[in-house]
Amino acid sequence: MILGPEALQRLIEVLALEYRVIGPTVADGAVVLRDLASADDLPTGWIDEQDGGHYRLQRDESAGPFDHVVGPHSLKNFLFPPREPIARFERVEGVWEECAPAAPERPLAVIGMRGCDLAALAIQDRVFLRGDSGEGEAIDPAYQRRRNGLFLVAVDCRRAAATCFCHSTGSGPAACSASAGRQADLALVDLGPGPADGVAPCAGPRRYECRIGSERGAAVIDAIAADLPLRPSPPEDVAAAERVPVDLERAMWARERSDGGPGRSLDMENIRDLLYSNLEHPRWLEVADRCLSCTNCTLVCPTCFCASVTEVADLSGDAVTRERHWASCFSLDHARMHGTSVRHTTASRYRQWLTHKLGGWIDQFGTSGCTGCGRCITWCPVGIDLTAEVAAIRETPAPSTGPTP
Amino acid sequence: MTNPLPAKIAVAAPAHVRRPRVAVYKFASCDGCQLQFLAAIGKHPELLSKVDFVHFLEASRAVEPGPYDIGFVEGSVTTAHDAERIREIRRECRTLVTIGACATSGGIQALRNWGKIDEFVAAVYASPAFISTLATSTAIAEHVPVDFELRGCPIDTGQLVEILTALIVGRKPRVPSTSVCAECKAEGVVCVAVARGVPCLGPVTQAGCRAICPAHGRGCFGCFGPSDTPNLVSLNLHYEAAGVPRDELLRLVHGINAWAPPFRAEADRLAAAPHVKVAAP
Repeated sequence: MILGPEALQRLIEVLALEYRVIGPTVADGAVVLRDLASADDLPTGWIDEQDGGHYRLQRDESAGPFDHVVGPHSLKNFLFPPREPIARFERVEGVWEECAPAAPERPLAVIGMRGCDLAALAIQDRVFLRGDSGEGEAIDPAYQRRRNGLFLVAVDCRRAAATCFCHSTGSGPAACSASAGRQADLALVDLGPGPADGVAPCAGPRRYECRIGSERGAAVIDAIAADLPLRPSPPEDVAAAERVPVDLERAMWARERSDGGPGRSLDMENIRDLLYSNLEHPRWLEVADRCLSCTNCTLVCPTCFCASVTEVADLSGDAVTRERHWASCFSLDHARMHGTSVRHTTASRYRQWLTHKLGGWIDQFGTSGCTGCGRCITWCPVGIDLTAEVAAIRETPAPSTGPTP
Repeated sequence: MTNPLPAKIAVAAPAHVRRPRVAVYKFASCDGCQLQFLAAIGKHPELLSKVDFVHFLEASRAVEPGPYDIGFVEGSVTTAHDAERIREIRRECRTLVTIGACATSGGIQALRNWGKIDEFVAAVYASPAFISTLATSTAIAEHVPVDFELRGCPIDTGQLVEILTALIVGRKPRVPSTSVCAECKAEGVVCVAVARGVPCLGPVTQAGCRAICPAHGRGCFGCFGPSDTPNLVSLNLHYEAAGVPRDELLRLVHGINAWAPPFRAEADRLAAAPHVKVAAP
């Protein structure tokens, strides 16, 4: 199916009938995920330059609405929001009663999700919707409700930022991958401006090759087709669309740093055992000199799932809300138990994060927690790069000696 | 997730609890934190039925004698008289809470601690002989034991209501000790340091303000003081490598909480270390 600009606009309108439509838009100097009212809200004409601790939007008149990469937000912000009431109790004439849950929110439709976003979703599903894992069922009802209603429009990346390394973690750049469990209701590939009949080759309207991934996706396409004639993709367009992620992946492997070294990638070979056998590596102390323990990496990470639950009482003492909010293993409080924190040093916190993300997750969820999206690198205020930290440990593995950080 | 609690829990109505008697004191300060009390009362008038403000000169001339259940102290110690008075106040308050940057770190006026007090006095006052002052501006906790600190310039009314609520029912107040970054991320605010190159103290500053400055496109200037484990050296090395002049970084650290130990140490490092252009880490 080939969609033109009108169909993209119509897609948003059709989705808005049933869903709260979220997608990329430019705000405060970055591409963020927000409510979309129309296709005009998409970041057409903008690309993002990213590196460690560095993000800048740049104007590029040739850029389509999805030629940015990933910004600070991810699906996590919506499926596992930063703050969320999970129960409320009120005292009426001395008797505490649980209040009825708030009315269900509108289901979400999210446009523009990439391979790393869908990979993160698959990982989050394992965390929040853990079925019969042998340790009993662990289903998060709020996540499950939002997840079941979620409509996904995936987009294949046409370019990668310097911080992207999904090609090395098996989570991209192709948006959808049946074998990797990355699925969407609709998947778009931007084929660029099309040929205008008989005029210059790339002066026509932008065209998107659209694949349908679900019955809901098919129903949405039918609704669009009711107003706009949609034509099936000619074979050359299908071939061109299939080449997009293949070419990008090849380009990502061929990248070079400015100093001529290889571009960013993360060698996942045996990574859990590598980290577990280097718990006393001096690199943990070295990275702690740079680490701010500010929590940014964990909060922008699309898979980090730590949260804290507090009972928030109002002044009357007659109403209390149980609230869940994001937490981070980089804060002192996160490891506070019986009056003291068990991870005093930044070295111990950074080690906790990385060994869990790349090691402990494999034990817990059967997958690493890293999708190669690069957010933790870009949004670290001092640009700490987990791929460089892992590489440094891999380069000089040290047997466990010396004090624990 | 099933809720382990039954839908209805019968609890005996609490016995009548005497309202805490509260005193609010001022030392060297601008009164802004005391005004936050008035703002909090404006937002939550029911506060007045929960506590008795019996010594609060910003609000009323009527003063009842101590002792008091809770004393809130605004301002820093800058005179010998202050140093004596805070000891008396400590004696008459069961719980002592310091409020704001002045009381918790010495405030902006602690910049005097790096200068010569006689020169300041001579420059400002027509008759320096009439001025009786200490050479330093210091936090209340440098003089007497403090039970709890509320940070900020000024303090946040939400945190003020939280500590009052906690003290009324006798639980530990919940005030975050993470960095302002955690609030930016929770509020969906785009990082001004990463996306716009604005030097921001958010990564080393305690949360509590709901990221008000970054939400308005400004860098954090650290008015909530240092976070639980601040790393100012790494942050400033990065800013310097990105081209922020050392003078600007020094001015940022030499701010509202300049005398808070981590900020103080970083200010001294910036002032002492030769300016070296370092490569980005």
